Amino acid sequence: MANARQFCTFYLNHLLFGVESQKIQEVVTYRELRPVPLAPPAVSGLMNLRGQVVVALELRRQLELPDRLADLKPVCLVVRAAGGAVCLLADEVGNVVDVEDETFEPSPETLSPRLRSVILGVHKLEHELMHVLDTDRACEV
Amino acid sequence: MNDSDDIVREFLVESYENLDRLDRDLLQLEKNPNDREILASVFRTIHTIKGTSGFLAFNQLGAVTHVGESLLGLLRDGQKALDRDITNALLAMVDTVRQILASIEATGSEGERNDDGLISRLTRLQGLPEAAPPAEPPTEPKAAAAAAAAGAGEMSGGESSYAAAGTSKAGNAKSESFEVGSFMITNEPAITACPAPPAVMAEKLAAVPADEAADAQPALQAAAGPSAADRTIRLDVSLLDRLMNLVGELVLARNQILQFANRTEDSGLLLPSQRLNLITSELQEGVMKTRMQPIGNIWNKFPRTVRDLALGCGKQVRVEMEGQETELDKTLIEAIKDPLTHLVRNAVDHGVERPEVRQAAGKNPEGRLALRAFHEGGQVNIEISDDGAGLDQERIRNKAIQKGLISAEQAGRLTDREIVNLVFLPGFSTAEKLTNVSGRGVGMDVVKTYIEKIGGTVELQSRPGKGVMVRMKIPLTLAIIPALIVTSAGERYAVPQVSLLELVRVEPAAERNGIEMIHGAPVYRLRGRLLPLVYLNRELQVGSEPSTAVEGDAGDVQAVNIVVLEADGRQFGLVVDFINDTEEIVVKPLSKHLKSISVYAGATIMGDGKVALILDVLGLARGSRILTEGREHGRAGAAEATAEAAARQQKLVLFSGPGASRMAVPLELLARLENIPGAQVERSGNQWVTQYRGQILPLIRVGHALEERRHLPALDDVQLPTTAMLQVLVLEHERQSFGLVVHEILDIVESALEPRSPATRACVLHSSVIADRVTELLDVPALLAAGERYEPVLATDPNRAERRADT
Repeated sequence: MANARQFCTFYLNHLLFGVESQKIQEVVTYRELRPVPLAPPAVSGLMNLRGQVVVALELRRQLELPDRLADLKPVCLVVRAAGGAVCLLADEVGNVVDVEDETFEPSPETLSPRLRSVILGVHKLEHELMHVLDTDRACEV
Repeated sequence: MNDSDDIVREFLVESYENLDRLDRDLLQLEKNPNDREILASVFRTIHTIKGTSGFLAFNQLGAVTHVGESLLGLLRDGQKALDRDITNALLAMVDTVRQILASIEATGSEGERNDDGLISRLTRLQGLPEAAPPAEPPTEPKAAAAAAAAGAGEMSGGESSYAAAGTSKAGNAKSESFEVGSFMITNEPAITACPAPPAVMAEKLAAVPADEAADAQPALQAAAGPSAADRTIRLDVSLLDRLMNLVGELVLARNQILQFANRTEDSGLLLPSQRLNLITSELQEGVMKTRMQPIGNIWNKFPRTVRDLALGCGKQVRVEMEGQETELDKTLIEAIKDPLTHLVRNAVDHGVERPEVRQAAGKNPEGRLALRAFHEGGQVNIEISDDGAGLDQERIRNKAIQKGLISAEQAGRLTDREIVNLVFLPGFSTAEKLTNVSGRGVGMDVVKTYIEKIGGTVELQSRPGKGVMVRMKIPLTLAIIPALIVTSAGERYAVPQVSLLELVRVEPAAERNGIEMIHGAPVYRLRGRLLPLVYLNRELQVGSEPSTAVEGDAGDVQAVNIVVLEADGRQFGLVVDFINDTEEIVVKPLSKHLKSISVYAGATIMGDGKVALILDVLGLARGSRILTEGREHGRAGAAEATAEAAARQQKLVLFSGPGASRMAVPLELLARLENIPGAQVERSGNQWVTQYRGQILPLIRVGHALEERRHLPALDDVQLPTTAMLQVLVLEHERQSFGLVVHEILDIVESALEPRSPATRACVLHSSVIADRVTELLDVPALLAAGERYEPVLATDPNRAERRADT
């Protein structure tokens, strides 16, 4: 049963989140985004990622968290999603952690349906809980 | 070999590729004999080789493939089943074809061959009446000869069955070729593969001198140098696209290094960066070139096509070409190939008159077909003109009226030029026009569709007695387009230059004379005609509303920049903050998150590495209702605006109101969805309010607003919520935020909002069926107004008024 998985972790509003590391293409520092008028609210803008135009989504909005303070620069997690690369904006990058299936527990029923579709569950780490993000769902607007 | 070298080489490359596939297909077919798709593909391949070989007068190749094709035809039609014998014979045919091709490549001719054995074998396998008994070995010469004579006609007489088949059709060669032409556009390979009228083929087959074929040696590998197939390489275009992207990236990196290097005195950095500069530029040019091809590549086939076609219909036509070296993107070359061929065929078939008619009209008996290509304004212009009789305008007019495409009254108003361009209307041409209207207009609508699909335009000019000219304007490439860069609310946008007509700047002093309002809809008098104006800021809901001139304060009136655009035949002016410059931009697709926003066509990366959005002019025009069936500019009001916004966005938030009735508001008004604990709701006057993000958010209860609008509630009626959690849509309208308390938030849907029925109560715009349920679309401005109507009650009560003042 010891099914080891590797997660890339990051913080959002002081909560620890994790994305399976093979889903992450790269992590880049924040760069200026081109806002897109009329776009859904979670779309923060477009980013030039080495000549590729990549859409940047604000994870805080996707996860119904309060907006980030203006002076905090987010980091960009570039993930491979169904329709190509998508940049997810997070507060801060954490470590890469190895976890095993035993520590996993699905999201509680009390979480809103929308959140439960994005947050698959948590891994009970030694000191805190790591929320496991479904990247494909997180990339949907 | 002579000037038809190129055609032959292309034929070889194409055929080699096809043959490789053929081997594979045949083997696969043996495993799965009923796969009709593979069978059809095999049939097409052989048919193509046969057709082209006849065209190029390779009669042996034609003869072999002809019998092969007949056999395949039987298989395809299910009249015969594929067995080992047939597969063997077909594979042997492929080998033979390969040998002949190798010989053609090495020596320029087919060489002296005797493939009667194979031909008879293939003929016998067709099971024709007089065929030899099946047990007979296929290579038996006697039986073979008999079968060949019976099935395929007299080979030794220099007239293959192929030629015979052609002759039998020669009587209606004209209509035959005509159909070929009209079908070309449909991209049906089986038909496109027959480029010359059969009659011509027969003539050519008979005409090849025997001795010329004889002195060629079938020495296959003797020729020096790599074979045609080795000299070219077929690449996936997506690989080139990727290269192009990377080069674009390199250019940006180079620019940064150059900037940095120029600031330093370090020659150790300066020199290499100069070199980097040069190499990058050359690389960029080279990569671009990989996709560019001279238009001559497709033109080269036309002299032959024209000659054969003209011979077939007893005409004399001279082809003149100018600008063969004009280059355009490979995908575009492919895309215009069929429309061009079609136009050329039309010109010969129906444009140029017969020599005696021409002479009678005092013209040179030899007609002239001119092809001209040149670059102009970032586009490639291609003109195909003939000096024939021109189009019969009267007939076109009558035809269009008869077909119901235009009314007689409309027809009377059309200019000559508009009349001849009627041939581009879908449904104008049918089989009947073969004899009518001089045959022009055959599939012209398809030509037009093709050209427009690649962002080009096509128009036709006809001068009676002098001829017809069709002019196409094609973008150089689809990947890089010239665009006008404009700024709106501090951000740059690219407007594709194809839609751009002109730029107008209205100076503040002149403004009042320029921009006027038609019941709230701004228009500009451009040379006496009213041009509807669209404000980009307003369309994108960004930045400040530009002063609309008439009501604007004299103090902050600024110059207005109008970009005059054309979309789908309608002109409109796009008002932007600044007009920057024109630039060549590389079009990048938008991610799926943004695909639904119709005003963007894509994104691009500017020289400074920043991203700019490309505007979709058609989408803008539709969004701002420049393009609609009915023009409804007059009734602009707040409610109307909401309805319009909803109709074009078509994205709605669905929720249930009291009594589980379904309601919706446009998604664009929605700022957030919130769950607000009932305990956090406070009373302000007779309104519910809550503290929300440091502000006081008025809460409007949907049921309340809709049902109790007739009698204003007494203050004591205002109860605080009893439920623990309220579902609230935080809406924004005209920069006013308020919360709409709903029963339950259901979904966000996209809907066409049809069918609709008029509202049955206030604050509702209309009802329509969304997700199989009748849903009311709320009138948000009216809701707000309903909320404000409580004000007078507040004012009469000093205490309440005081409390309200606190807020």
